[in-house]
Amino acid sequence: MKRFEMTKSYSMKKRLALSAIAFSSVGVLLAGCSGAGGGAQQADGPVTLTLATVNNPQMKDMEELKGAFEDAHPDITVNFVAMEENDLRDAVTKDVATQGGQYDIVTVGSYEVPIWGQNDWLVDLGPLAEADTAYNVDDLLPPVREALTVDDSLFAVPFYGESSFLMYNKDMFAAAGLEMPTNPTWDEVAGFARTLKTDDVAGICLRGKPGWGELFAPLTTVVQTFGGSWFDEDWNAEVNSPEFTEAVQFYTDLVKDAGEADPVSTGFTECLNLFSQGNAAMWYDATSAAGPIEADGSAVAGKIGYVHAPVKETEESGWLWAWNLAIPKTSTQQDAAWEFVSWATSTEYINLVGTTLGWERVPPGSRTSTYENADYLAAAEAFAPITKDIMLGVNPTQPGVNPQPWVGIQYVTVPEFQDLGNQVSQDIADVFAGRDTVENVLNKGQELAQQAGDAQK
Amino acid sequence: MTAPDLIVAEPAHDPAPAASRTLRRPPKPELSAGQKKALRLARTLVWPAIVVAILVTQIPFLVTIYYSFQNWNLMRPGSRGFAGFDNYVTVFTGGAFMQSLSATVVITGSSIVLSVLIGLGIALLLNRKFFGQGLARTLVITPFLMMPAAAALIFKWSMLDANVGMVNWGLSVLGVDPVQWNTDFPALTVIMVLTWQYTPFMMLILLAGLQSQSKETLEAASVDGAGPIRSFLHMTLPHLRQYIELAVLLGGIMLLQVFDPIAIMTRGTGGTKTLSYLLYERAFVGLEIGEAAAYGVITVLLTIVVASVALRLLFKIFSSEGAKS
Repeated sequence: MKRFEMTKSYSMKKRLALSAIAFSSVGVLLAGCSGAGGGAQQADGPVTLTLATVNNPQMKDMEELKGAFEDAHPDITVNFVAMEENDLRDAVTKDVATQGGQYDIVTVGSYEVPIWGQNDWLVDLGPLAEADTAYNVDDLLPPVREALTVDDSLFAVPFYGESSFLMYNKDMFAAAGLEMPTNPTWDEVAGFARTLKTDDVAGICLRGKPGWGELFAPLTTVVQTFGGSWFDEDWNAEVNSPEFTEAVQFYTDLVKDAGEADPVSTGFTECLNLFSQGNAAMWYDATSAAGPIEADGSAVAGKIGYVHAPVKETEESGWLWAWNLAIPKTSTQQDAAWEFVSWATSTEYINLVGTTLGWERVPPGSRTSTYENADYLAAAEAFAPITKDIMLGVNPTQPGVNPQPWVGIQYVTVPEFQDLGNQVSQDIADVFAGRDTVENVLNKGQELAQQAGDAQK
Repeated sequence: MTAPDLIVAEPAHDPAPAASRTLRRPPKPELSAGQKKALRLARTLVWPAIVVAILVTQIPFLVTIYYSFQNWNLMRPGSRGFAGFDNYVTVFTGGAFMQSLSATVVITGSSIVLSVLIGLGIALLLNRKFFGQGLARTLVITPFLMMPAAAALIFKWSMLDANVGMVNWGLSVLGVDPVQWNTDFPALTVIMVLTWQYTPFMMLILLAGLQSQSKETLEAASVDGAGPIRSFLHMTLPHLRQYIELAVLLGGIMLLQVFDPIAIMTRGTGGTKTLSYLLYERAFVGLEIGEAAAYGVITVLLTIVVASVALRLLFKIFSSEGAKS
């Protein structure tokens, strides 16, 4: 009996010791997480840069052409780590937020640039760019540059940018005897869509797939031009305001009456499929869609007209997005990183793509000079001039009717927005299905938005 | 210090619990000092293995528990700190948790029931001797061998697409209007994909059960006048009981973690936001590491409760029915 007691207390002590070991290992693990934030020391001799990027065609072209940079800079090697958009966002956010220091150059969307800049995670590229006269920083498209600037610090430079416009099938419009104005209103577009809708052809394709970057990219621009906004100037939520409600009601009704089937499944890719197979009369989406639509293999190449984003209360309603290159503060090779970043976003690089890979593959929407280049204009005459007009016409500082406390059009540049936009868009899926009403959904959204707004006050 | 000293040095204890312990345990034989030394050495040698086992299996969970008490949003680096039970309060008052729990129960439960039933049917068919039996078995297993993400993509693009999907085409032949699967029936869509994918798994387990049933018993039953339905209900089904239990248990564990069809097809809309998808959203869309960790801890606790209580209860019902027949 006594022996039993002895072994019990003995094992208790051991167990305590064990849990102590376990907990101290947790400590070691955490210490490992928070460490490794180096300063900006410049290494001598050969340098290897790690670049995290999104795996879309323009970035693959960059990887293909990096040899030209490495030939001109024999000391620098650039390694590309390409990921799918969401993975890139996760991986880079984690690395930058935990001061991992894994990447010397990161590809960042225009939504994150101001947030990360304010968190002091990115190097201010403004002084570097201005010191480099050959870089010609004033050539960057002004609205894009504005969206990447916080308190006069330029935290990233654009690799390529896009806005949104309305694409329409000219054959279908001619057959129905309709004419598309250059600056259509949403009411006109809704009328066209309802006229052109048949059992086989959608009148218009509009994204309905939940996600702040899917549904709420086009929908927020509609809200803005209807006079609504996510927040007023003092970060009070306005999600259940009459304007916001009217816009969402308009959008969901239009999709239900004259839009694509199964909207919750439909995002950019699905609309691209539908429209390029000639199964939709109109499509309101990114200007970058014009590339694949005019490419070989598209059933509608050459038959598509491009006009400004439809409006209601505002003059212009296109969105603004750019994939940008930035240098995290944790990089130990910041000077070499700038060498590469300035090369990849230069006019010289754009000309290199044009002459070696073809002018239709030039990364658009980053520099004014791209739209003055005769070779590019000839290759992309269907959509390049209007893209330039829209990209110069949008105003990321005040895209809607009323002033807003952030810079950005189809998103709100606060960390809480992707969560907020995601949750509200999931509820809007219930509206598409008829399981819920717009008022209900937006009242719920109002509460979430107010929490996000309160965090900014 | 020798062992007898130790025994003497032990403080006196209340004899009652010790006495009750001896009732349950047979008295241990007295060990000599040498044996004890050998035993101590043996125990010491086991420690490294135990430490490694604990490090490998328990550290992630301990870290999760630690995170669940932190206020930590990745995008707000300055605000990290101890949060107390705030994250748990958010979990239980936010409303998302109960919805997600019921979505998990509905999706996991119906997928398991359907795939066990269909799997049982296919297993009964495949248990007969026929030409090309091996080939048929291999073909039937294929859905389970497919990667979940690939299966979800096939369903999304080839089967259920509103414009070019095969299912809607089949329905149109029958004169049914095209169905907007993800928009109108999100939960059913996910259950369909999961049932399609897990039926072969259930079928495999149940087929193994069927093949271990002795032919003589069935022959004896038919000699005694039992028809095929009676011998199935009273002989085969009780025999399959433990196989069904195993299939439900393994299927339940796997289906609780299901993520791909939801992320690819419905994006958590219309009652398809299961716990694993909710957790992903909190961590990677909301970037609320602390809150996501709290969801994780609660999910683990719930899984343990379900596994130990509900399943035992379920099996008790099964076994008492089995005993009756």
